[in-house]
Amino acid sequence: MFEATELNHRNQRTEKLWRLLFLMMTLLLILPVAVILTVLVVKGGPSLSIDFLFTEPTQGMTAGGILPALVGTVWLVVVALIASVPIGVAAALYLSEYAPDNWLTRIINLAIINLAGVPSIVHALFGVGAFVAFFRFGTSILAASLTLAVMTLPVVIVSTREALKAVPQAFREACWNMGATRWQTIRKVVLPNSVSGILTGVILEVSRTAGETAPIMFTGAAFFLPFLPQSVYDQTMALSLHLFVVSTQVPDVPEGLPFGVALVLIGLVLSMNAVSIGFRMVLRGKKKW
Amino acid sequence: MVTPTRDRQPKVQVRDLSIHYGGKAALAGATFEIHEHEIFGIIGPAGSGKTSFLRAMNRMDLFNPAMEVGGEISMDGKDVRKWKNVYALRRRIGVVFPLPVGLPMSIYENVALAPRLGGTRKRADLDVIVERCLTRAALWDEVKDRLDSLGSLLSGGQQQRLTIARALSQEPELLLLDEFSIAVDPVTTMKIEDVLKELRQELTIVLVTNLVQQARRLADRTAFFLTGELVEVAPTEDLFTGGASDERTTAYVEGRFG
Repeated sequence: MFEATELNHRNQRTEKLWRLLFLMMTLLLILPVAVILTVLVVKGGPSLSIDFLFTEPTQGMTAGGILPALVGTVWLVVVALIASVPIGVAAALYLSEYAPDNWLTRIINLAIINLAGVPSIVHALFGVGAFVAFFRFGTSILAASLTLAVMTLPVVIVSTREALKAVPQAFREACWNMGATRWQTIRKVVLPNSVSGILTGVILEVSRTAGETAPIMFTGAAFFLPFLPQSVYDQTMALSLHLFVVSTQVPDVPEGLPFGVALVLIGLVLSMNAVSIGFRMVLRGKKKW
Repeated sequence: MVTPTRDRQPKVQVRDLSIHYGGKAALAGATFEIHEHEIFGIIGPAGSGKTSFLRAMNRMDLFNPAMEVGGEISMDGKDVRKWKNVYALRRRIGVVFPLPVGLPMSIYENVALAPRLGGTRKRADLDVIVERCLTRAALWDEVKDRLDSLGSLLSGGQQQRLTIARALSQEPELLLLDEFSIAVDPVTTMKIEDVLKELRQELTIVLVTNLVQQARRLADRTAFFLTGELVEVAPTEDLFTGGASDERTTAYVEGRFG
Protein backbone atom coordinates (compact mmCIF):
# COMPACT_ATOMS: atom_id res chain seq x y z
CA MET A 1 0.00 0.00 0.00
CA PHE A 2 1.38 3.40 -1.03
CA GLU A 3 1.69 6.02 1.70
CA ALA A 4 2.61 9.66 1.16
CA THR A 5 5.78 10.46 3.05
CA GLU A 6 6.33 13.45 5.30
CA LEU A 7 8.43 14.98 2.48
CA ASN A 8 5.50 14.60 0.06
CA HIS A 9 3.20 16.41 2.47
CA ARG A 10 5.72 19.20 2.99
CA ASN A 11 6.16 19.63 -0.77
CA GLN A 12 2.43 19.82 -1.18
CA ARG A 13 2.10 22.47 1.51
CA THR A 14 4.91 24.54 -0.02
CA GLU A 15 3.29 24.16 -3.43
CA LYS A 16 0.01 25.58 -2.09
CA LEU A 17 1.85 28.43 -0.37
CA TRP A 18 3.67 29.56 -3.52
CA ARG A 19 0.54 29.29 -5.59
CA LEU A 20 -1.31 31.44 -3.08
CA LEU A 21 1.51 34.01 -3.06
CA PHE A 22 1.54 34.35 -6.85
CA LEU A 23 -2.24 34.60 -6.91
CA MET A 24 -2.14 37.43 -4.32
CA MET A 25 0.39 39.35 -6.41
CA THR A 26 -1.81 38.94 -9.48
CA LEU A 27 -4.85 40.17 -7.57
CA LEU A 28 -2.88 43.22 -6.42
CA LEU A 29 -2.68 44.10 -10.09
CA ILE A 30 -6.44 44.26 -10.45
CA LEU A 31 -6.84 46.39 -7.32
CA PRO A 32 -5.83 49.78 -8.75
CA VAL A 33 -7.94 49.24 -11.87
CA ALA A 34 -10.97 48.39 -9.76
CA VAL A 35 -10.44 51.34 -7.40
CA ILE A 36 -9.91 53.84 -10.22
CA LEU A 37 -13.00 52.70 -12.09
CA THR A 38 -15.15 52.65 -8.95
CA VAL A 39 -14.10 56.12 -7.81
CA LEU A 40 -14.56 57.54 -11.30
CA VAL A 41 -18.00 56.07 -11.76
CA VAL A 42 -19.19 57.04 -8.28
CA LYS A 43 -17.83 60.58 -8.30
CA GLY A 44 -17.93 61.38 -12.01
CA GLY A 45 -21.05 59.49 -12.98
CA PRO A 46 -23.53 62.13 -11.74
CA SER A 47 -21.96 64.89 -13.87
CA LEU A 48 -22.29 62.82 -17.06
CA SER A 49 -25.12 63.75 -19.38
CA ILE A 50 -25.77 64.30 -23.06
CA ASP A 51 -25.32 68.03 -22.43
CA PHE A 52 -21.97 67.39 -20.74
CA LEU A 53 -20.70 65.65 -23.87
CA PHE A 54 -22.18 68.06 -26.41
CA THR A 55 -21.84 71.57 -25.00
CA GLU A 56 -18.94 73.91 -24.47
CA PRO A 57 -17.42 74.76 -21.08
CA THR A 58 -18.87 77.90 -19.52
CA GLN A 59 -18.17 80.22 -16.56
CA GLY A 60 -14.39 79.89 -16.71
CA MET A 61 -14.59 76.12 -17.16
CA THR A 62 -16.41 75.62 -13.85
CA ALA A 63 -19.60 74.60 -15.62
CA GLY A 64 -20.89 73.41 -18.99
CA GLY A 65 -19.64 70.50 -21.06
CA ILE A 66 -16.50 69.21 -22.73
CA LEU A 67 -17.36 69.15 -26.43
CA PRO A 68 -14.29 71.06 -27.74
CA ALA A 69 -11.94 68.84 -25.72
CA LEU A 70 -13.64 65.65 -26.87
CA VAL A 71 -13.60 66.70 -30.52
CA GLY A 72 -10.01 67.95 -30.16
CA THR A 73 -8.82 64.60 -28.82
CA VAL A 74 -10.42 62.81 -31.76
CA TRP A 75 -8.68 65.20 -34.19
CA LEU A 76 -5.31 64.72 -32.49
CA VAL A 77 -5.61 60.93 -32.48
CA VAL A 78 -6.79 60.64 -36.08
CA VAL A 79 -4.11 62.93 -37.51
CA ALA A 80 -1.45 61.16 -35.41
CA LEU A 81 -2.65 57.82 -36.79
CA ILE A 82 -2.56 59.03 -40.38
CA ALA A 83 1.05 60.01 -39.84
CA SER A 84 2.32 57.08 -37.79
CA VAL A 85 0.57 54.02 -39.21
CA PRO A 86 1.86 54.14 -42.81
CA ILE A 87 5.41 54.93 -41.68
CA GLY A 88 5.35 52.41 -38.84
CA VAL A 89 3.88 49.58 -40.90
CA ALA A 90 6.26 50.25 -43.81
CA ALA A 91 9.24 50.27 -41.45
CA ALA A 92 8.07 47.05 -39.80
CA LEU A 93 7.62 45.41 -43.22
CA TYR A 94 11.12 46.43 -44.22
CA LEU A 95 12.68 45.20 -40.98
CA SER A 96 10.73 41.96 -40.91
CA GLU A 97 10.59 41.01 -44.62
CA TYR A 98 13.57 42.62 -46.33
CA ALA A 99 16.32 43.74 -43.96
CA PRO A 100 19.50 41.65 -43.95
CA ASP A 101 21.15 41.16 -40.58
CA ASN A 102 23.86 43.81 -40.84
CA TRP A 103 25.13 46.86 -38.95
CA LEU A 104 22.52 49.18 -40.46
CA THR A 105 19.64 46.96 -39.35
CA ARG A 106 21.12 46.69 -35.89
CA ILE A 107 21.45 50.47 -35.64
CA ILE A 108 17.82 50.87 -36.73
CA ASN A 109 16.66 48.38 -34.11
CA LEU A 110 18.67 50.20 -31.47
CA ALA A 111 17.11 53.50 -32.56
CA ILE A 112 13.61 52.06 -32.23
CA ILE A 113 14.29 50.76 -28.72
CA ASN A 114 15.74 54.13 -27.71
CA LEU A 115 12.88 56.06 -29.28
CA ALA A 116 10.48 53.98 -27.19
CA GLY A 117 12.45 54.90 -24.08
CA VAL A 118 12.45 58.68 -24.58
CA PRO A 119 10.29 60.38 -21.92
CA SER A 120 7.16 62.05 -23.27
CA ILE A 121 8.20 65.51 -22.04
CA VAL A 122 11.35 65.23 -24.14
CA HIS A 123 9.20 64.34 -27.14
CA ALA A 124 7.19 67.47 -26.35
CA LEU A 125 10.29 69.66 -26.48
CA PHE A 126 11.39 67.94 -29.68
CA GLY A 127 7.94 68.68 -31.13
CA VAL A 128 8.23 72.34 -30.23
CA GLY A 129 11.63 72.58 -31.88
CA ALA A 130 10.90 70.48 -34.94
CA PHE A 131 7.24 70.92 -35.86
CA VAL A 132 6.20 74.19 -34.19
CA ALA A 133 9.36 76.19 -34.93
CA PHE A 134 11.43 74.56 -37.68
CA PHE A 135 8.60 73.42 -39.96
CA ARG A 136 6.58 76.53 -38.98
CA PHE A 137 3.38 74.61 -38.26
CA GLY A 138 2.94 76.83 -35.18
CA THR A 139 1.12 75.48 -32.16
CA SER A 140 -1.47 73.47 -34.03
CA ILE A 141 -3.19 70.11 -34.27
CA LEU A 142 -0.66 69.22 -36.97
CA ALA A 143 2.36 69.89 -34.76
CA ALA A 144 0.80 68.13 -31.76
CA SER A 145 -0.28 65.10 -33.76
CA LEU A 146 3.10 64.73 -35.42
CA THR A 147 4.71 64.84 -31.99
CA LEU A 148 2.33 62.10 -30.84
CA ALA A 149 3.09 60.16 -34.02
CA VAL A 150 6.84 60.24 -33.41
CA MET A 151 6.24 59.10 -29.87
CA THR A 152 4.04 56.16 -30.82
CA LEU A 153 6.01 55.03 -33.89
CA PRO A 154 8.08 52.47 -31.96
CA VAL A 155 4.88 50.94 -30.58
CA VAL A 156 3.39 50.62 -34.06
CA ILE A 157 6.62 49.13 -35.41
CA VAL A 158 7.02 46.61 -32.60
CA SER A 159 3.39 45.46 -32.64
CA THR A 160 3.38 45.19 -36.44
CA ARG A 161 6.57 43.13 -36.39
CA GLU A 162 5.01 40.81 -33.83
CA ALA A 163 1.98 40.36 -36.09
CA LEU A 164 4.22 39.67 -39.10
CA LYS A 165 6.33 37.22 -37.12
CA ALA A 166 3.19 35.17 -36.40
CA VAL A 167 3.03 34.21 -40.10
CA PRO A 168 5.09 30.99 -40.42
CA GLN A 169 8.34 31.29 -42.37
CA ALA A 170 7.41 28.14 -44.32
CA PHE A 171 4.61 30.11 -46.05
CA ARG A 172 7.11 32.70 -47.25
CA GLU A 173 9.61 30.14 -48.49
CA ALA A 174 6.88 28.22 -50.34
CA CYS A 175 5.95 31.45 -52.07
CA TRP A 176 9.54 32.45 -52.88
CA ASN A 177 10.17 28.99 -54.29
CA MET A 178 7.43 29.61 -56.84
CA GLY A 179 9.39 32.60 -58.07
CA ALA A 180 7.39 35.19 -56.13
CA THR A 181 9.23 38.37 -55.20
CA ARG A 182 9.31 39.57 -51.61
CA TRP A 183 6.56 42.09 -52.38
CA GLN A 184 4.33 39.51 -54.08
CA THR A 185 4.80 37.27 -51.05
CA ILE A 186 3.87 40.12 -48.71
CA ARG A 187 0.78 40.97 -50.73
CA LYS A 188 -0.46 37.42 -51.27
CA VAL A 189 0.49 35.66 -48.05
CA VAL A 190 2.00 37.81 -45.32
CA LEU A 191 -0.37 40.79 -45.14
CA PRO A 192 -3.66 38.92 -45.56
CA ASN A 193 -2.69 36.78 -42.58
CA SER A 194 -1.37 39.51 -40.33
CA VAL A 195 -3.71 42.43 -40.97
CA SER A 196 -5.93 41.66 -37.96
CA GLY A 197 -2.89 41.50 -35.70
CA ILE A 198 -1.59 44.78 -37.10
CA LEU A 199 -4.97 46.45 -36.55
CA THR A 200 -5.07 45.19 -32.97
CA GLY A 201 -1.72 46.84 -32.32
CA VAL A 202 -2.78 50.06 -33.99
CA ILE A 203 -5.93 50.33 -31.89
CA LEU A 204 -4.00 49.77 -28.69
CA GLU A 205 -1.68 52.54 -29.80
CA VAL A 206 -4.64 54.86 -30.44
CA SER A 207 -5.85 54.43 -26.91
CA ARG A 208 -2.40 55.33 -25.62
CA THR A 209 -2.27 58.42 -27.79
CA ALA A 210 -5.63 59.65 -26.53
CA GLY A 211 -4.39 59.91 -22.97
CA GLU A 212 -1.05 61.65 -23.57
CA THR A 213 -0.75 65.15 -22.12
CA ALA A 214 2.86 66.29 -22.09
CA PRO A 215 3.57 65.97 -25.84
CA ILE A 216 0.57 68.10 -26.81
CA MET A 217 0.83 70.71 -24.06
CA PHE A 218 3.35 72.94 -25.85
CA THR A 219 2.65 71.89 -29.41
CA GLY A 220 -1.03 72.39 -30.04
CA ALA A 221 -3.36 71.87 -27.12
CA ALA A 222 -5.01 74.99 -25.73
CA PHE A 223 -5.85 75.86 -22.14
CA PHE A 224 -9.28 77.16 -23.03
CA LEU A 225 -10.68 77.50 -26.52
CA PRO A 226 -14.44 77.17 -26.73
CA PHE A 227 -14.56 76.58 -30.50
CA LEU A 228 -14.30 73.44 -32.56
CA PRO A 229 -11.12 73.24 -34.67
CA GLN A 230 -11.68 73.89 -38.38
CA SER A 231 -8.39 72.55 -39.79
CA VAL A 232 -5.15 70.91 -38.71
CA TYR A 233 -3.55 74.35 -38.43
CA ASP A 234 -5.86 75.33 -35.56
CA GLN A 235 -5.12 74.87 -31.91
CA THR A 236 -7.54 72.75 -29.97
CA MET A 237 -8.55 71.69 -26.52
CA ALA A 238 -7.92 68.06 -25.57
CA LEU A 239 -9.47 65.84 -22.91
CA SER A 240 -6.20 64.96 -21.21
CA LEU A 241 -5.03 68.57 -20.88
CA HIS A 242 -8.55 69.71 -19.93
CA LEU A 243 -8.53 67.21 -17.09
CA PHE A 244 -5.22 68.60 -15.86
CA VAL A 245 -6.54 72.17 -16.12
CA VAL A 246 -9.84 71.69 -14.33
CA SER A 247 -8.16 69.59 -11.64
CA THR A 248 -5.33 71.96 -10.75
CA GLN A 249 -5.40 75.29 -12.60
CA VAL A 250 -8.92 76.62 -12.19
CA PRO A 251 -10.40 77.68 -8.82
CA ASP A 252 -13.93 76.78 -7.67
CA VAL A 253 -14.49 73.83 -9.99
CA PRO A 254 -17.29 71.60 -8.65
CA GLU A 255 -15.86 68.32 -7.40
CA GLY A 256 -17.74 66.13 -9.86
CA LEU A 257 -16.49 67.90 -12.99
CA PRO A 258 -12.87 66.63 -13.18
CA PHE A 259 -14.10 63.12 -12.37
CA GLY A 260 -16.60 63.40 -15.20
CA VAL A 261 -13.85 64.41 -17.63
CA ALA A 262 -11.66 61.56 -16.43
CA LEU A 263 -14.54 59.12 -16.81
CA VAL A 264 -15.09 60.19 -20.43
CA LEU A 265 -11.38 59.90 -21.19
CA ILE A 266 -11.04 56.45 -19.67
CA GLY A 267 -14.31 55.37 -21.29
CA LEU A 268 -12.87 56.38 -24.66
CA VAL A 269 -9.67 54.42 -24.05
CA LEU A 270 -11.44 51.35 -22.68
CA SER A 271 -13.94 51.20 -25.51
CA MET A 272 -11.07 51.30 -28.02
CA ASN A 273 -9.35 48.51 -26.09
CA ALA A 274 -12.59 46.56 -26.24
CA VAL A 275 -12.64 46.92 -30.01
CA SER A 276 -9.06 45.67 -30.10
CA ILE A 277 -9.92 42.66 -27.95
CA GLY A 278 -12.88 42.02 -30.22
CA PHE A 279 -10.56 41.95 -33.21
CA ARG A 280 -8.31 39.47 -31.49
CA MET A 281 -11.26 37.22 -30.70
CA VAL A 282 -12.42 37.27 -34.32
CA LEU A 283 -8.86 36.49 -35.33
CA ARG A 284 -8.68 33.54 -32.97
CA GLY A 285 -12.12 32.39 -34.06
CA LYS A 286 -11.07 31.65 -37.62
CA LYS A 287 -7.71 30.07 -37.29
CA LYS A 288 -6.30 29.43 -40.73
CA TRP A 289 -3.57 26.95 -39.98
CA MET B 1 12.53 0.80 -67.76
CA VAL B 2 15.94 2.40 -68.17
CA THR B 3 15.79 4.70 -71.14
CA PRO B 4 18.99 5.57 -72.94
CA THR B 5 19.81 9.02 -71.67
CA ARG B 6 23.54 9.24 -72.12
CA ASP B 7 23.45 10.87 -75.53
CA ARG B 8 21.14 13.67 -74.42
CA GLN B 9 22.36 17.20 -73.70
CA PRO B 10 22.81 17.78 -69.94
CA LYS B 11 20.04 19.84 -68.36
CA VAL B 12 22.05 20.51 -65.24
CA GLN B 13 25.80 20.48 -64.84
CA VAL B 14 27.26 20.47 -61.34
CA ARG B 15 30.96 21.20 -61.05
CA ASP B 16 32.94 20.95 -57.84
CA LEU B 17 29.91 21.98 -55.78
CA SER B 18 30.59 22.59 -52.11
CA ILE B 19 28.08 23.84 -49.55
CA HIS B 20 28.81 25.13 -46.05
CA TYR B 21 26.51 26.25 -43.26
CA GLY B 22 28.41 28.71 -41.10
CA GLY B 23 31.71 26.96 -41.82
CA LYS B 24 30.30 23.45 -41.39
CA ALA B 25 30.51 21.44 -44.61
CA ALA B 26 27.32 19.85 -45.95
CA LEU B 27 28.59 18.92 -49.40
CA ALA B 28 32.16 18.89 -50.71
CA GLY B 29 33.36 18.81 -54.29
CA ALA B 30 30.44 17.12 -56.04
CA THR B 31 30.59 16.95 -59.85
CA PHE B 32 27.82 15.35 -61.90
CA GLU B 33 25.32 15.94 -64.69
CA ILE B 34 21.57 15.62 -64.91
CA HIS B 35 20.22 14.83 -68.37
CA GLU B 36 17.18 16.35 -69.97
CA HIS B 37 13.97 14.31 -69.56
CA GLU B 38 15.35 11.88 -67.06
CA ILE B 39 14.42 11.12 -63.49
CA PHE B 40 17.63 11.60 -61.56
CA GLY B 41 17.57 9.86 -58.20
CA ILE B 42 19.62 10.98 -55.23
CA ILE B 43 19.87 8.54 -52.35
CA GLY B 44 21.87 8.58 -49.16
CA PRO B 45 21.39 8.67 -45.40
CA ALA B 46 20.46 11.82 -43.44
CA GLY B 47 23.15 14.49 -43.44
CA SER B 48 24.59 13.41 -46.77
CA GLY B 49 23.98 16.75 -48.51
CA LYS B 50 21.02 15.73 -50.72
CA THR B 51 18.71 18.52 -49.62
CA SER B 52 21.53 21.06 -49.60
CA PHE B 53 22.05 20.43 -53.30
CA LEU B 54 18.36 21.13 -54.00
CA ARG B 55 18.48 24.31 -51.96
CA ALA B 56 21.52 25.55 -53.84
CA MET B 57 19.92 24.64 -57.18
CA ASN B 58 16.90 26.85 -56.46
CA ARG B 59 19.06 29.65 -55.00
CA MET B 60 17.59 29.15 -51.55
CA ASP B 61 20.98 30.15 -50.18
CA LEU B 62 19.53 33.67 -50.52
CA PHE B 63 17.06 32.85 -47.70
CA ASN B 64 19.78 31.77 -45.31
CA PRO B 65 22.82 34.03 -44.79
CA ALA B 66 24.69 31.16 -43.12
CA MET B 67 24.58 29.02 -46.29
CA GLU B 68 27.65 29.39 -48.52
CA VAL B 69 27.83 27.81 -51.95
CA GLY B 70 31.07 27.22 -53.86
CA GLY B 71 31.64 25.68 -57.28
CA GLU B 72 29.07 25.84 -60.03
CA ILE B 73 25.55 24.63 -60.84
CA SER B 74 24.52 25.34 -64.42
CA MET B 75 21.09 24.91 -65.92
CA ASP B 76 21.09 24.88 -69.73
CA GLY B 77 24.73 25.90 -69.60
CA LYS B 78 24.24 28.97 -67.42
CA ASP B 79 25.42 29.19 -63.81
CA VAL B 80 22.36 29.67 -61.58
CA ARG B 81 24.25 32.23 -59.55
CA LYS B 82 24.78 34.36 -62.65
CA TRP B 83 21.03 34.68 -63.28
CA LYS B 84 20.33 38.35 -62.64
CA ASN B 85 16.61 37.68 -62.19
CA VAL B 86 16.49 34.96 -59.55
CA TYR B 87 12.66 34.98 -59.68
CA ALA B 88 12.72 33.94 -63.34
CA LEU B 89 15.09 31.11 -62.42
CA ARG B 90 12.84 29.89 -59.61
CA ARG B 91 9.80 29.98 -61.86
CA ARG B 92 11.52 27.42 -64.09
CA ILE B 93 12.25 25.14 -61.13
CA GLY B 94 9.48 23.50 -59.11
CA VAL B 95 10.35 22.29 -55.63
CA VAL B 96 8.63 20.02 -53.13
CA PHE B 97 10.09 19.62 -49.66
CA PRO B 98 9.28 16.92 -47.10
CA LEU B 99 7.19 19.17 -44.86
CA PRO B 100 3.89 19.89 -46.60
CA VAL B 101 2.93 23.53 -46.84
CA GLY B 102 -0.69 24.37 -47.62
CA LEU B 103 -0.82 28.13 -47.94
CA PRO B 104 -3.62 29.77 -45.92
CA MET B 105 -5.79 30.46 -48.95
CA SER B 106 -8.31 28.34 -50.84
CA ILE B 107 -7.21 25.11 -52.49
CA TYR B 108 -7.92 26.74 -55.84
CA GLU B 109 -5.82 29.79 -55.01
CA ASN B 110 -2.95 27.61 -53.81
CA VAL B 111 -2.62 26.16 -57.28
CA ALA B 112 -3.61 29.30 -59.19
CA LEU B 113 -1.10 31.50 -57.36
CA ALA B 114 1.97 30.75 -59.45
CA PRO B 115 0.12 31.04 -62.79
CA ARG B 116 -1.38 34.33 -61.60
CA LEU B 117 2.05 35.63 -60.64
CA GLY B 118 3.18 34.52 -64.08
CA GLY B 119 0.56 36.70 -65.73
CA THR B 120 -2.30 34.25 -66.38
CA ARG B 121 -5.47 36.22 -65.68
CA LYS B 122 -8.37 34.49 -67.42
CA ARG B 123 -10.49 32.40 -65.08
CA ALA B 124 -11.01 29.71 -67.73
CA ASP B 125 -7.25 29.27 -68.23
CA LEU B 126 -6.69 29.09 -64.48
CA ASP B 127 -9.49 26.51 -64.14
CA VAL B 128 -7.73 24.28 -66.64
CA ILE B 129 -4.36 24.59 -64.89
CA VAL B 130 -5.85 23.96 -61.43
CA GLU B 131 -7.69 20.83 -62.55
CA ARG B 132 -4.70 19.46 -64.46
CA CYS B 133 -2.22 20.01 -61.62
CA LEU B 134 -4.51 18.66 -58.90
CA THR B 135 -5.24 15.61 -61.05
CA ARG B 136 -1.55 14.95 -61.61
CA ALA B 137 -0.93 15.22 -57.87
CA ALA B 138 -3.71 12.65 -57.29
CA LEU B 139 -5.75 15.13 -55.25
CA TRP B 140 -8.45 16.29 -57.68
CA ASP B 141 -11.05 13.65 -56.85
CA GLU B 142 -10.81 14.36 -53.14
CA VAL B 143 -11.11 18.16 -53.33
CA LYS B 144 -12.96 18.97 -56.57
CA ASP B 145 -16.16 19.71 -54.65
CA ARG B 146 -14.52 22.02 -52.12
CA LEU B 147 -11.94 24.02 -54.03
CA ASP B 148 -12.90 27.06 -51.96
CA SER B 149 -11.93 25.59 -48.60
CA LEU B 150 -8.60 26.44 -47.02
CA GLY B 151 -5.56 24.57 -48.33
CA SER B 152 -3.86 24.91 -44.97
CA LEU B 153 -6.59 22.90 -43.22
CA LEU B 154 -6.23 19.77 -45.36
CA SER B 155 -4.70 16.66 -43.80
CA GLY B 156 -0.93 16.30 -43.94
CA GLY B 157 -0.98 13.90 -46.86
CA GLN B 158 -3.41 16.06 -48.81
CA GLN B 159 -1.33 19.16 -48.13
CA GLN B 160 1.70 17.35 -49.49
CA ARG B 161 -0.15 16.57 -52.71
CA LEU B 162 -1.33 20.19 -52.81
CA THR B 163 2.33 21.21 -52.54
CA ILE B 164 3.14 18.94 -55.50
CA ALA B 165 0.24 20.42 -57.49
CA ARG B 166 1.57 23.89 -56.73
CA ALA B 167 5.06 22.96 -57.89
CA LEU B 168 3.57 21.69 -61.16
CA SER B 169 1.38 24.77 -61.60
CA GLN B 170 4.34 26.95 -62.49
CA GLU B 171 5.05 24.60 -65.43
CA PRO B 172 8.67 24.02 -64.45
CA GLU B 173 11.38 22.62 -66.69
CA LEU B 174 12.99 21.07 -63.68
CA LEU B 175 11.14 19.47 -60.78
CA LEU B 176 13.00 18.95 -57.51
CA LEU B 177 11.32 16.46 -55.19
CA ASP B 178 12.66 15.99 -51.67
CA GLU B 179 11.07 13.00 -49.93
CA PHE B 180 7.75 13.86 -51.55
CA SER B 181 6.08 10.69 -50.32
CA ILE B 182 6.96 11.03 -46.64
CA ALA B 183 3.43 12.14 -45.62
CA VAL B 184 1.55 10.29 -48.35
CA ASP B 185 0.01 6.85 -48.06
CA PRO B 186 1.48 4.04 -50.21
CA VAL B 187 -1.44 3.75 -52.65
CA THR B 188 -1.43 7.47 -53.41
CA THR B 189 2.35 7.41 -53.62
CA MET B 190 2.12 4.82 -56.40
CA LYS B 191 -0.39 7.04 -58.25
CA ILE B 192 1.97 10.00 -58.06
CA GLU B 193 4.90 7.84 -59.11
CA ASP B 194 2.99 6.86 -62.26
CA VAL B 195 2.42 10.54 -63.00
CA LEU B 196 6.12 11.26 -62.53
CA LYS B 197 6.99 8.61 -65.10
CA GLU B 198 4.68 10.31 -67.60
CA LEU B 199 6.00 13.77 -66.73
CA ARG B 200 9.45 12.66 -67.82
CA GLN B 201 8.32 13.41 -71.40
CA GLU B 202 7.85 17.07 -70.48
CA LEU B 203 10.44 17.91 -67.89
CA THR B 204 13.46 16.81 -65.92
CA ILE B 205 12.98 15.45 -62.41
CA VAL B 206 15.41 15.25 -59.51
CA LEU B 207 14.13 12.79 -56.93
CA VAL B 208 15.75 12.88 -53.51
CA THR B 209 14.58 9.92 -51.49
CA ASN B 210 15.32 7.84 -48.44
CA LEU B 211 13.41 4.97 -49.97
CA VAL B 212 15.98 3.09 -51.98
CA GLN B 213 13.25 1.07 -53.68
CA GLN B 214 11.53 4.26 -54.80
CA ALA B 215 14.71 5.34 -56.55
CA ARG B 216 14.89 1.90 -58.14
CA ARG B 217 11.31 2.13 -59.37
CA LEU B 218 11.60 5.62 -60.82
CA ALA B 219 15.11 6.86 -61.43
CA ASP B 220 16.95 6.44 -64.72
CA ARG B 221 20.24 7.22 -63.06
CA THR B 222 20.97 7.51 -59.39
CA ALA B 223 23.59 9.32 -57.35
CA PHE B 224 24.66 8.07 -53.94
CA PHE B 225 25.63 10.77 -51.43
CA LEU B 226 27.31 9.96 -48.13
CA THR B 227 28.24 12.54 -45.45
CA GLY B 228 28.74 15.36 -47.93
CA GLU B 229 30.53 13.28 -50.53
CA LEU B 230 29.21 12.17 -53.92
CA VAL B 231 30.21 8.52 -53.88
CA GLU B 232 29.05 7.67 -57.40
CA VAL B 233 26.53 8.23 -60.15
CA ALA B 234 25.38 5.32 -62.27
CA PRO B 235 22.36 3.97 -64.17
CA THR B 236 19.98 2.92 -61.41
CA GLU B 237 19.69 -0.66 -62.52
CA ASP B 238 23.46 -1.09 -62.37
CA LEU B 239 23.53 0.04 -58.73
CA PHE B 240 20.95 -2.55 -57.79
CA THR B 241 22.42 -5.45 -59.74
CA GLY B 242 25.88 -5.43 -58.28
CA GLY B 243 27.28 -2.95 -60.79
CA ALA B 244 28.17 -0.31 -58.23
CA SER B 245 31.82 0.65 -58.40
CA ASP B 246 32.01 1.52 -54.72
CA GLU B 247 31.52 -1.02 -51.96
CA ARG B 248 29.66 1.55 -49.80
CA THR B 249 26.98 2.03 -52.47
CA THR B 250 26.32 -1.69 -52.66
CA ALA B 251 26.14 -1.87 -48.89
CA TYR B 252 23.64 1.01 -48.76
CA VAL B 253 21.28 -0.18 -51.50
CA GLU B 254 21.28 -3.65 -50.00
CA GLY B 255 20.27 -2.13 -46.68
CA ARG B 256 23.36 -3.15 -44.77
CA PHE B 257 23.66 0.36 -43.32
CA GLY B 258 21.92 3.75 -43.48
